[in-house]
Amino acid sequence: MNSIALGYTDLALASSLVLLNAGLSLYLALGLERMFLVAALRMAVQLTLVGLVLKVLFAAASPGWTLLAALLMVLFAGREVMARQERRFAGLWGYGLGTTAMLMVALLVTVFALTTQIRPDPWYDPRYAIPVLGMILGNTMTGVALGLHALTTGAVRERAAIESQLALGATRREALRATVRGALRIALIPIINAMSATGLVALPGMMTGQILAGVDPIEAVKYQLLISLLIAGGTGIGALAAVSVGAWRLCDSRHRLRLDRLH
Amino acid sequence: MLVVERLARSGMPDTGFRLNNGACLAVMGPSGSGKTLLFRALSDLDPSDGRVTLDGVLKEDIPAPQWRRRVAYVPAEPGWWAATPAAHFADWNAARPLAQTLLLPGDIGSAPIARLSTGERQRLALMRALMGNPRVFLLDEPTGPLDAAATSAVEAVLRDRLAKGAAILLATHDDAQAARMATRILRFAEGRAMETAL
Repeated sequence: MNSIALGYTDLALASSLVLLNAGLSLYLALGLERMFLVAALRMAVQLTLVGLVLKVLFAAASPGWTLLAALLMVLFAGREVMARQERRFAGLWGYGLGTTAMLMVALLVTVFALTTQIRPDPWYDPRYAIPVLGMILGNTMTGVALGLHALTTGAVRERAAIESQLALGATRREALRATVRGALRIALIPIINAMSATGLVALPGMMTGQILAGVDPIEAVKYQLLISLLIAGGTGIGALAAVSVGAWRLCDSRHRLRLDRLH
Repeated sequence: MLVVERLARSGMPDTGFRLNNGACLAVMGPSGSGKTLLFRALSDLDPSDGRVTLDGVLKEDIPAPQWRRRVAYVPAEPGWWAATPAAHFADWNAARPLAQTLLLPGDIGSAPIARLSTGERQRLALMRALMGNPRVFLLDEPTGPLDAAATSAVEAVLRDRLAKGAAILLATHDDAQAARMATRILRFAEGRAMETAL
């Protein structure tokens, strides 16, 4: 592997583009310069911190610290899922539902990949575990958030249709079938589209990164395929779990639609 | 016989009544007095306190879908979940004669739902419930959007069901309709429910 290390002057040069944009915004009175600079600064600080944390984590290579980092990532992802809901579940369910679904998927898919496919030694080696978990979380997060959002807004919108079916003697499962199916479709379409367009429209970031780091393109492609397959599988399982449990929570044992359980 | 004892839920006065097989009880009162909430509680679409039995069977003792097939609720604004009326029926061909009796156009089964008038939708929703042969009908202003001819058609069908032993709870704003269909009135007013003979 022969990657070209970057110096701080290289970064300073790249940041001149952002400064140029800020200058243009000032000149054209777009009012975006402040947001632009703050966002760039935030990114720089966050990434630097993450880099430092990863460096420490990798050096320690301890299962305990790795697990803690993984857990924190899941909790942050859960918060992100909740923040994207227009009508979220009341109480603990609001945060718990998406977070639990993602915890399950992250655990399942990451451990599956590490122990049977990537197989680093030890299998929890943070140098592999954390990036893989990050990519899986980042994508399943979108699927789970979209699925839950479509489920709850769909149930609110289709309330008359769902309750009319219930009133005629349909079970909660039958009455919610169309809403659940629609929610799963919305959750999975982005990942399906992403897989279809991968390589034609854009090169995936991870693969590009590996190529820049000097990895043979075929090897980089294999890694990307592995990760994409894990992501697709994880998104499907996560969205299915979150939407199914969400649908169950939207009804009670007397087969009533309980929109009062939403905020 | 439908027996309702101390039925209570928020937004509705506590109420109790008996409804014999073949009888129609009109439910009257201003908008917002709780008629719809009563129907939703009786069909178990909303939680409520109190005792409701049908022919001696307690509501909670059988699965809710089974209860609702016996006690059918037709809301004032029914919902639709498929593109055409026919798709809302298990067997549209079996429902055709009823559609004709209710003065609906012959080709209505394949018309897009969005294209139908409020009155047509109201009658189709009533048909959905009629086809299930429930013991009790909870009808929330079933003829509200209908003209006189369609109203009499609906009333004739309902009278036929009463003669066959079904019971009807009929929410209506029309005193004349209450007089035509019902023998007693459950009146919601000033936060109280009162049952009176006609």
